[in-house]
Order: sequence, then structure tokens, then C-alpha cells
Amino acid sequence: MLKVKNLHASVDGKEILRGINCEVKAGEVHAIMGPNGSGKSTFASVLAGNEKFEVTSGEVEYDGKDLLSMSIEERAREGLFLGFQYPVEIPGVSMANFMKLAVAERRKAQGLEPLTAGGMLKYMREKAAVVELDSKLMNRAVNEGFSGGEKKKNEIFQMAMLDPRLSLLDETDSGLDIDALRIVATGVNRLRSENNATVLITHYQRLLDYIVPDYVHVLYKGRIIYSGGKELALKLEKEGYDWLIADYKE
Amino acid sequence: MSEQDKILSEVTSKEYEYGFVTDIETETLPKGLSEDIVRQISALKGEPEWMLNYRLEAYRKWLTMPLPEWAHLRIPPIDFQDIIYFAAPKKEADKKSMDEVDPKLRETFDKLGIPLEEQMALAGVAVDAVMDSVSVKTTFRETLAEKGIVFCSMSEAIREYPELVRKYLGSVVPYGDNFYSALNAAVFSDGSFCYIPKGVRCPMELSTYFRINAAGTGQFERTLIVADEGAYVSYLEGCTAPMRDENQLHAAVVEIIVEKDAEVKYSTVQNWYPGDAEGRGGIYNFVTKRGICRGDNARLSWTQVETGSAITWKYPSCILKGDNSVGEFYSVALTNNYQQADTGTKMIHIGKNTRSRIVSKGISAGKSENSYRGLVKVVPAAEGARNYSQCDSLLIGDKCGAHTFPYIDCQNPSAVVEHEATTSKISDDQLFYCNQRGISTEEAVGLIVNGYAKEVLAKLPMEFAVEAQKLLSISLEGSVG
Repeated sequence: MLKVKNLHASVDGKEILRGINCEVKAGEVHAIMGPNGSGKSTFASVLAGNEKFEVTSGEVEYDGKDLLSMSIEERAREGLFLGFQYPVEIPGVSMANFMKLAVAERRKAQGLEPLTAGGMLKYMREKAAVVELDSKLMNRAVNEGFSGGEKKKNEIFQMAMLDPRLSLLDETDSGLDIDALRIVATGVNRLRSENNATVLITHYQRLLDYIVPDYVHVLYKGRIIYSGGKELALKLEKEGYDWLIADYKE
Repeated sequence: MSEQDKILSEVTSKEYEYGFVTDIETETLPKGLSEDIVRQISALKGEPEWMLNYRLEAYRKWLTMPLPEWAHLRIPPIDFQDIIYFAAPKKEADKKSMDEVDPKLRETFDKLGIPLEEQMALAGVAVDAVMDSVSVKTTFRETLAEKGIVFCSMSEAIREYPELVRKYLGSVVPYGDNFYSALNAAVFSDGSFCYIPKGVRCPMELSTYFRINAAGTGQFERTLIVADEGAYVSYLEGCTAPMRDENQLHAAVVEIIVEKDAEVKYSTVQNWYPGDAEGRGGIYNFVTKRGICRGDNARLSWTQVETGSAITWKYPSCILKGDNSVGEFYSVALTNNYQQADTGTKMIHIGKNTRSRIVSKGISAGKSENSYRGLVKVVPAAEGARNYSQCDSLLIGDKCGAHTFPYIDCQNPSAVVEHEATTSKISDDQLFYCNQRGISTEEAVGLIVNGYAKEVLAKLPMEFAVEAQKLLSISLEGSVG
């Protein structure tokens, strides 16, 4: 579903991604770990199309299409979802209204009819339940006045609403207490299927107790320096990154 | 140029939708202003002598007055002798039904989406349409007349209800109030007059559409609304003009009188031609609007959505004379490209326990300048007066300006006056977030701006709120860079 070949990207002339290679197939869950500043969030942002970063070379194939030539919204409409580390507040715009537009665009791309007002309401309630989100939040402005936990749950709620093919979850676990973490993880697990894939970006093994990955990658200085199975995360938790990155220190 | 910038520039260059000209024969007076022109305007309108005298006094006063230069506006010199002060669609005898109205005129109003005919009944809106200087047709007069409500053009009111007009005209905005009110009093050509008798609740929205059509003309309407004791009316005005590369002057006066226990809601959706992206052309909108809550418990509420005009100079105000009277001002002023707006309100607290509320939302984009200017005045007698003001500015891009000039003059120690202000920007992060959910930049800007202006838009009558939302999106899309 996703093939990344030798991806380089920089911000303000500073190279952050220095040749990333990886492949994600439908039905898989990948975890990307690595020390602070290694380029994990940048990788997710670049895949989503954030224009803050400049792709200097490399190729990304998504569902057989050239991802890098697509606009941010085209990528989203084609089922690429980014769960934000810091969800953005949009004052005055209700969640319900925001979701109505977003879902309509996604459905259009999927060749589906727009939902009726009643259908939309039902759909929203259903998906809000997946992450135990109070459906009253739908009448509040996007992320405005949401607690840290609500914001993260709200990201997974949106993921559920938009029925993505590929979800990139950027530190969705950070700042969550153990109950919220369980709820968020359960939500993600319930959305797992043969047809979609998930990339988790995380600092902690903790999340991977709940969402079991097929592969774990270690990103360091803009490159994936090591990949393994789910047991790699446990080893990292115990031993840290030093044994891995020693060879790469400049 | 990034994809985003491209989309933005495409939308910004979206043409002004109402920029057409109707090819219709007009009757105009020669350019320039003199006592003779004032006399001719009055004569053409078949006015009584008291009206002519009022105009002449105003004209003489105007000659002595200086141009107001205190606003935060760059106004190029205006040659007042280079303006046509009277232009009217050529007139035959009085029209009895819509069929007799010039089809081209009707076409114009159809294009503007003004439902002058049967749709009116469905929409439940009574409309007075003013093209160039003359009121074209007032709908629903008969229905309103059954309740004793008068809703007609100002010219007719002068002829048919002279005692009402004489009593109230100039009572809130005297001709000597300012340069443009004097000019308006001297040459105003038409406008709307509305009188709601005691205890009557007007059953429908009353509405006036203003349209400038002829080239080189100024438009000077005069609106007078009187709500007698215990009466209620909700009134809306809308404005559009063709695209021309010259600047045209619009200097209107609106006066509102609210008697004891009465309530008036006045809403404006102002969409005069704003000029092109390089700042050529556009309307100079220099307007004096003021209302008085004369009796106890009177309420007056101004709601404005200002998206048009090259330059806007406008401060709809409330004089809160009656005890417990309430004044409100809700404003969204949007400027893009080279537009300039200096707008706000005045709340004058005179009666006891008077309350006022100001919510102003400025939106500046492009290279525009947007200022809020407001005065809250509490006189010594205004025991227990209360004011709350909230002035927010939203900046889009880094080449525009937003300014706030709040004046507070409080002379009663029991009064409570509050002022809050914020300035914010549409951030790249917000746009990225929306884009990542499949929402285009164009839609996202509309969404964010409408969210920002929601509190004010909610005050508009429902069907116009929808219009206003669209208008905000159209006027702004593409201004984020």
C-alpha cells in the first residue's frame, strides 16, 4: 500500500529525512520509534503533505499512485489519515460541521453518496462510541477547550469517521493517562482490518502492549537504521537506543 | 508558488458577482452641486416647500463644513463638482403593478436575486428597491397597510405622510451633524420610510435593496424608521453596485426612532463594489446611521456585515435616552485587497440602567486596513449604566492592518464599562489540519472565518445569515498566503 524509497526532506535548508526506505502492506501495523529529534514526526508530516517541509528527493508510492504529486487534501480524500500530536483548535467551527465537510469529501472520493443529515448524526454517534467520546462534544468547536485526553480521542474519532486506508498516528499516546490510553488503543484496534494499515509513531513501548505491531522500526538521524518484530520494542524499552545508534554517532 | 498560493490567488481574483450594468435609459441632472441643482432635485420630486427649504439650509451648512479627516483612512481628494447628484431610471406614469415596471429594471433586480414578485409572499419579505436614486417598487404595501404599517419610498412619504416625516426627519441625525449628513440632507434622492404604529408587531422582515447603476453618479439615500410605543420591526438593507474603474460616492443617512417599549432590529449586508485587486474603482461608503431609544425599555439593535466598498466610514450608533433602554451593535467588517474600513459604533448612555453591548469582528486580508472605532459615553445622570464591548481582529496574511480605537467617556461612578479585545491569525497549522481532513484551503478559510464571525451572523435573520456566510467566504477565499 505504501512504498517509500530513499525519501529525503528538509526544513529551512536543514535536512531532516536522509533516505527513508520502508514498505507497508494492507492489514499491517508498523511502529516507528527512535530518540527525540530523529525525524519521526517529520516523516508523518511529509507523507501527509505538510508544505513546511521540502521533499528534496525520493519516491513514495501510495496505492499505486505517486503520493508526492498529490495535494494534501487529495491524499486525505484517498484515505491517508494523520492523527496529530498536537491537534489544532478552530474556534467557532463545530465538530459536527467540520466532520460533515470532511466526511462528504472522503465519501465523494470513495464514490459514495453524501449522507443525509439524519444519517450523518447516527454515523457520528456510532463512531464517537468507539472511543467513548461524549457526543455532546460534536456541538463544541473543533478541539477548543478539549482536555488533552479528549483531543487525542477526538483524533481517533475522526479516524473512525473517515474510514482511512492508511493511518499515521503521531504520538497519539503522549500525554494520556492509562485509562485514556486503553480507550484510544481499543479504538485503533477496532478499526484494524485486512484493508487498512496503521503506522504508529511512539516513544514508548507502553502503547504497543495494547496495539501489537507487526513490525517495529528505529528511526535515527533521518534514516531507518533497524527493523524487527514486536519484540524489538521490548528490547528498546529495556536497553535504550545506545546499542543501536553507537555506530551512527558523528 | 505553492499549490496553496495558486488556489488562493485564483479565488481572490474571483470576479465581483454583481458587477453588471443594466442598459437602461436614465434621466440625470448635470454634474456638480449648486443651489440650483438642489432646487431642481426638489422640483423633479415634486416636493413641498418645507422640504426644499430643509434641503437649502442643509446645502448652505454643507458649504461651511470641513471634510472629516480624523478616521484611519487614506481618502483621495473627491471633486464634489464632478459628481452627478441625481440619476433616475426614466420615468413614465405611476406604476400600478409589477407588469408596468420596466422589464430591464426587473431583470436587474432578478439578477440580484431580489424576489420582487410572487416569491415575495413565500419569502415573507417586503422589499423597497432603490436603483440609482429612485425607489423602484415597494412590495407588500397593502398587506402592511392593513396593520397600519407604512413602508414606502421616502419621496412618497414626503408627499403622503408629511406630518410624520417633518416630525422625525433630522431629529436623530441633524443635517449639521457632519459633512456627509449635510450633503445627504441637501441632495438625498430617495430611500425608505417605515412607520410601525403603537403596539404593532410587524409580521414580516422589511427590506431595502440599494443599487447604484448609472456611471459618474453618487447615491444618497435617506432612511427613516419609526417604531411607535410597543411596536416591533426587523429591517434589512442590502447593497450592490456595478464594477467601474472610477470611484463612486455613497453617502446615506439612516435615522431610527424607537419609542417606549418598542424594538427595532436593523441589519445590513453591505456588498458595494470593493474595487479590483489593484485597488482601482469601488464605492466610497460614507454613511451616518444613528438611532435613539426615546422611551423607557426601548431596544435598538444594529447588525452589520460589511464586505464591500473601497472605503467604509460608518458608525451605527445608539442614543439610550429612555430608562432601561438597550442598544446593541454586532459587526463583521471584512476587508481584502486594497479596501479600507473605519467602522464601529457609539453608545450614548443617558437614561438610568441603560445597557449596551458591542461585538465587533474585523477581518483583514490582502493589503487592506481595517479599524474599529467606538465610543461608549455615560453621562452623569445615567445611573447604573452598563456596557460590554468585545473587539476582535482576525488577520489573514502579513500585509494587512487591524486597528482598534475604543473611546470610553464615563461620567457616572455607578456605571460599569467593560472592554475586551483580541487579535488572531488564520494559522498555517489550522489550514494544514483542515486540508489533512480533505477540506480544501478555499473551504477551510470560509469555515474558519464563518466560525470566527458566528456570534454576529447568528444575529441576522435566518435567510440572510446564509447569504452573509456565502458572502464572507467569497470575499475572502484566496486571501491566505
